[in-house]
Amino acid sequence: MHDIYNFVSGPLVWVSFVIFFGGSLYRLISMAVLARKKDVFVYEYMSLKFGLRSILHWIIPFGTVKWRKNPLFTIVTFTFHVCIIFIPIFLSAHIILWKESWDISWWYISDTTVDILAVVVIASCIFFLVRRIVLPEVKYLTSVSDYVILAIVAAPFITGFWTYHQWAGFRVMGIIHIIAGEIMLASIPFTRLIHMIFFPFTRGYMGSEFGAIRHAKDW
Amino acid sequence: MAEPAIKRSDESSKIVDEGIDKGIARLTPEKIEQVINKVLAAETGARLKTYVETCVHCGLCSEACHYYLSHDNDPKFSPAGKVKQTIWEILKRKGKVDPEFIRDASRIASTECNLCRRCAMYCPFGIDIAYLMSVVRRLCHMLGVTQLYIQDTAHSHSATLNQMWVKEDEWIDTLFWQEEEAQDEISSLRIPIEKEGSEIFYSVIAPEPKFRAQLIYQAAVIMNAAGVDFTMPATPGWDNSDQCMFTGDYEMMGRLKKVHFETAMRLKVKRIVMGECGHAFRSVYDVGNRWLAWKMPPIPVTHAVEFYYELLKQGKIKIAKKYDKPVTFQDPCNIIRGKGLHEKARYVVDALCEEFIEMHPNREHNYCCCAGGGVINTGPQYKMKRIKGNRIKAEQLFATKTRGAKVIIAPCHNCHGGIEDILHHYGLDMELHFLGDIIYKVMEKPV
Repeated sequence: MHDIYNFVSGPLVWVSFVIFFGGSLYRLISMAVLARKKDVFVYEYMSLKFGLRSILHWIIPFGTVKWRKNPLFTIVTFTFHVCIIFIPIFLSAHIILWKESWDISWWYISDTTVDILAVVVIASCIFFLVRRIVLPEVKYLTSVSDYVILAIVAAPFITGFWTYHQWAGFRVMGIIHIIAGEIMLASIPFTRLIHMIFFPFTRGYMGSEFGAIRHAKDW
Repeated sequence: MAEPAIKRSDESSKIVDEGIDKGIARLTPEKIEQVINKVLAAETGARLKTYVETCVHCGLCSEACHYYLSHDNDPKFSPAGKVKQTIWEILKRKGKVDPEFIRDASRIASTECNLCRRCAMYCPFGIDIAYLMSVVRRLCHMLGVTQLYIQDTAHSHSATLNQMWVKEDEWIDTLFWQEEEAQDEISSLRIPIEKEGSEIFYSVIAPEPKFRAQLIYQAAVIMNAAGVDFTMPATPGWDNSDQCMFTGDYEMMGRLKKVHFETAMRLKVKRIVMGECGHAFRSVYDVGNRWLAWKMPPIPVTHAVEFYYELLKQGKIKIAKKYDKPVTFQDPCNIIRGKGLHEKARYVVDALCEEFIEMHPNREHNYCCCAGGGVINTGPQYKMKRIKGNRIKAEQLFATKTRGAKVIIAPCHNCHGGIEDILHHYGLDMELHFLGDIIYKVMEKPV
């Protein structure tokens, strides 16, 4: 058990971080190179000002017509995305691991708050799942991979929640939790979770086209 | 759990279209695979790849699309739904699709999407679904599968450099004819042909000389009343329209725009002013110029709406008596989402009309007319598809009518075609006009 724990919380962490950062960098560079080769005009039309203008509207809750038209979805998706980025970084248990390994630490969120936020994330995942099953326009687009991706994202939070509350088998669950987190991190560059990396570029490009060339809003 | 992408719809088979049927008959799976992979390798790259891999299948784009809304939220008509049935499948199967797949893909990309780009404002990632549909059209074009009617206009473009098989002498004759007609009203009126060094080259789409010649008459009256130094060419290159952009015949699109720009250069004008047409503006200002490697058009291009705005703002046209019927305004995609002319258009409408009633949604968020993007040009077989595919427009217009609007102003030929059919089919008793019609009615005219 200790050996497994040491393995997943040691070398595997390195592996997942290398895959995540290396993979993301690779995807970004290969996109940039391909664009330079095949869609060179993208570089001509990309505008920092209008790209950021569009991105800003889209990352502010209710900042676009679309967000305003679907208030429930907007609240859920914003809370969800903020939580899945901030919980792992600002959870005290994670910070202790950083402290033990590298003797670095930073501000953390109280465990009670994280506990609640974890429930919010899990509930959001259920919301996305139900949406996929119930809404015809989402169901039509859904393939097996969409459920797999959702499971990849939900798993670290479900297992983490379990471990924190020390329910039955929590030691094993703790190990599963670490593995689940590593799988999630490592799968970002190679699944549609890449939208995390590509969002600024796709949105920024549309914002540039709309803003600089077409003098119109895209939100 | 996953629904199959391809549900053979009866719809394609119900419609008889020789362009499609004969094109399909010539195809073999091997040829399809070879052509698709060749085109994808040569012409697509980071955009296609990134768009396809970034889409999280969330369905948020659905409510952007008038086809989706008009078909009781049928997911097959959602923007991403159309991508699923076409590009996703093509990529997944690496081009190994059968001729019937191409028939469906052509139907979806060319008759169930107007490339209006409204969905780009509803997808959080800003995925350019109109671009993805254009890729499908390009593939169909390269496979020789294009709807007969629009292919005919593309042939006309290729043979005559205008969309409607207008011969050179007919074109010149039409200008003389409209000049003469207008001289009955304003004796000093001229339509200067081939006047080198003019300020403005006024360009129109071929349907104007073909069957809407009164628009040339009206434009001439406006130009003369405003004292504008303009000219129209006697040579091919006068037509700014471009159906080749919509069939995916980009080589021809390039030729058309080249001759258009070169005509302006030859006439040594300072800028091109275009009539009230949306798709032509898209071609000249946004798409065709890019094919020719011009980041922006090599010569300034002004759409009629912006031109009227200038004339009114500078007091070059005086209004005798404002138009007294309550009007509403159709924001055409290609000059609103394509050039942001919505506020200028409202300035013009306010200057001309007593009462203006907004339709909702409006400006960038207005619903498409369902005729643009080459859809109306695919021919009469697809007319009911267009009309049924835009019930939402009828509802939007009806709501505006109940708030008092009697007249719709649409500064775009495609919007006119689409809305005319909608008004007729849904029994909406409303008038439909161009801005030029209204200006002509209310302006002070010289004698």
